[in-house]
Amino acid sequence: MSLLERLRDFTHPGAPHADHAPFVRLQNVSAHYDGVLALEDISLELYGGEQVAVVGPNGAGKSTLFKVIAGIHPPSRGTATMRGSDPRQHICIAYLPQRTEVDWRFPVTVQDVVMMGRVSKMGLFRRPHPTDWQAVHECLALVNLESLAARQIQELSGGQQQRMFIAQALAQEAELLMMDEPLNGLDAPSQEEVFNILAELKQRRVTVLVAMHDLGLAARRFDRVLLLNRRLVGFGRPGEVFTEAHLRRAYGGHLQMVETPEGTLVLNDTCCDDDAHAH
Amino acid sequence: MLTWLLEPLTFAFMQRGLLAAALVGVVCALVGTYVVLRGMAFLGDALPHAILPGVAAGYLLGGGARGPVLWGSLVAAIFTALGIGALTRGARIREDSAIGIFFAGMFALGIALISSIRSYAVDLTHFLFGNVLGVTANDLWLTAALGGLVILVILAFYKEFMVLAFDPRLAATLRLPTNFLENLLLVLIALTIVIALQTVGIALMVAMLVTPAVTASLLTRRLHWMMALAAAIAAFSGVAGLYLSYYAGIASGAAIVLVCTACFLVVWGGQSLRPQRA
Repeated sequence: MSLLERLRDFTHPGAPHADHAPFVRLQNVSAHYDGVLALEDISLELYGGEQVAVVGPNGAGKSTLFKVIAGIHPPSRGTATMRGSDPRQHICIAYLPQRTEVDWRFPVTVQDVVMMGRVSKMGLFRRPHPTDWQAVHECLALVNLESLAARQIQELSGGQQQRMFIAQALAQEAELLMMDEPLNGLDAPSQEEVFNILAELKQRRVTVLVAMHDLGLAARRFDRVLLLNRRLVGFGRPGEVFTEAHLRRAYGGHLQMVETPEGTLVLNDTCCDDDAHAH
Repeated sequence: MLTWLLEPLTFAFMQRGLLAAALVGVVCALVGTYVVLRGMAFLGDALPHAILPGVAAGYLLGGGARGPVLWGSLVAAIFTALGIGALTRGARIREDSAIGIFFAGMFALGIALISSIRSYAVDLTHFLFGNVLGVTANDLWLTAALGGLVILVILAFYKEFMVLAFDPRLAATLRLPTNFLENLLLVLIALTIVIALQTVGIALMVAMLVTPAVTASLLTRRLHWMMALAAAIAAFSGVAGLYLSYYAGIASGAAIVLVCTACFLVVWGGQSLRPQRA
């Protein structure tokens, strides 16, 4: 590849969106991660604008699934497409980091981080244009962080940190937003703020995938749930997916079934940071 | 005071040395900012050591002339930097282990080559510990040209390098050419090491890469300010270190690094005494 072509890589127009192709489609996808089979024979379709909770035990392949959909991890078998083309051609896919993966001492302010979402739109050697700053501030306003725009990122609370990354995805003009455990370690009011923004994203027809552990929240707050344990155990409305048979297949021996007055199932999985442990 | 400052400037070798020390300081600090932010300090220490075989080979082949030494170190630095990139990318070896194996082996090869020419070992200590006062006008031009190139590339790819350092996954989903950028950064580090070879030498190089950048990071919360401050601290350390070397009669590379370290201690101490911000 010539140097000139290399340099052209820095400005990315993004692939055209075929109107009738499924928003995201996986066909018989298997994927290895660190030499281990992490996903096996997954076929699914996502609709544009829906919000899906992805649940399953630790090591179920949730992160690998996100990486394959984002086009940053190659499937070892099968194909992944977004709007009919290779996800690697799209710049409208955002995959937000878990808060624990971020170096919070990094010398950037909130608005710097949000601006990062626009880097591939600006192009090489270009500095942010006034319209880029305007977009950044609109996105910050949308997640209610405008007053903290000039703060160093370390000064934010957990909920604010999460909202900052959502603003980054908005600045990227993402049409598919994937989040890994965004609710972990957030208190109830902060979780509620995140859900308020998710409601706003729904208005904007942004498709959202959220990996999470809390099955109750997943059932109450999402259109569809995707139950994963290396294979796709179930994908559909919470009531159809969260059956005892499905949950036993996904969680095996770590499962506790409790009937509550609403008739929902409470579960105690291998993860340790959620609910009380019932033994 | 003024005569104290001006007296060393009457010597041409001091003028060249001061220019070289300041310039090298700026280049090291800018590249060092990314070394620090990406947690590559170990690589910053190991890579200078790994170019020793290139230095030794250039020295042997060129009969002591400076040109071959420079090219030898350049080839060794780029080869080693890209080698480590290839070795750790998607491999089963942890990066720090790979660095430990690869660089110690290269350093051993360099020492083996040097030991075959024991009589020249005195000159080669200049490459280990630097000899900024031996900078010729030609060296200075070469340093300025290479250093200018490094600075230009860093400024040109500023936002891309920032994204890659902060969140490699974001860089990937924004479809930035991450492999190209990773390799470019390694080549920049390699070039910087070659430039700084004569000023501080192999053994103390990591201080020039890491100390000014870390000191600056204690003082500011924005990346561009961190780079500017690191460059200022490093340039000051280069100049002040040479004065220290001149008046105290100590080795120039060591004096520069000692001033650098003193800057860090003053800032770090000042921060520790101040009540922490929330």
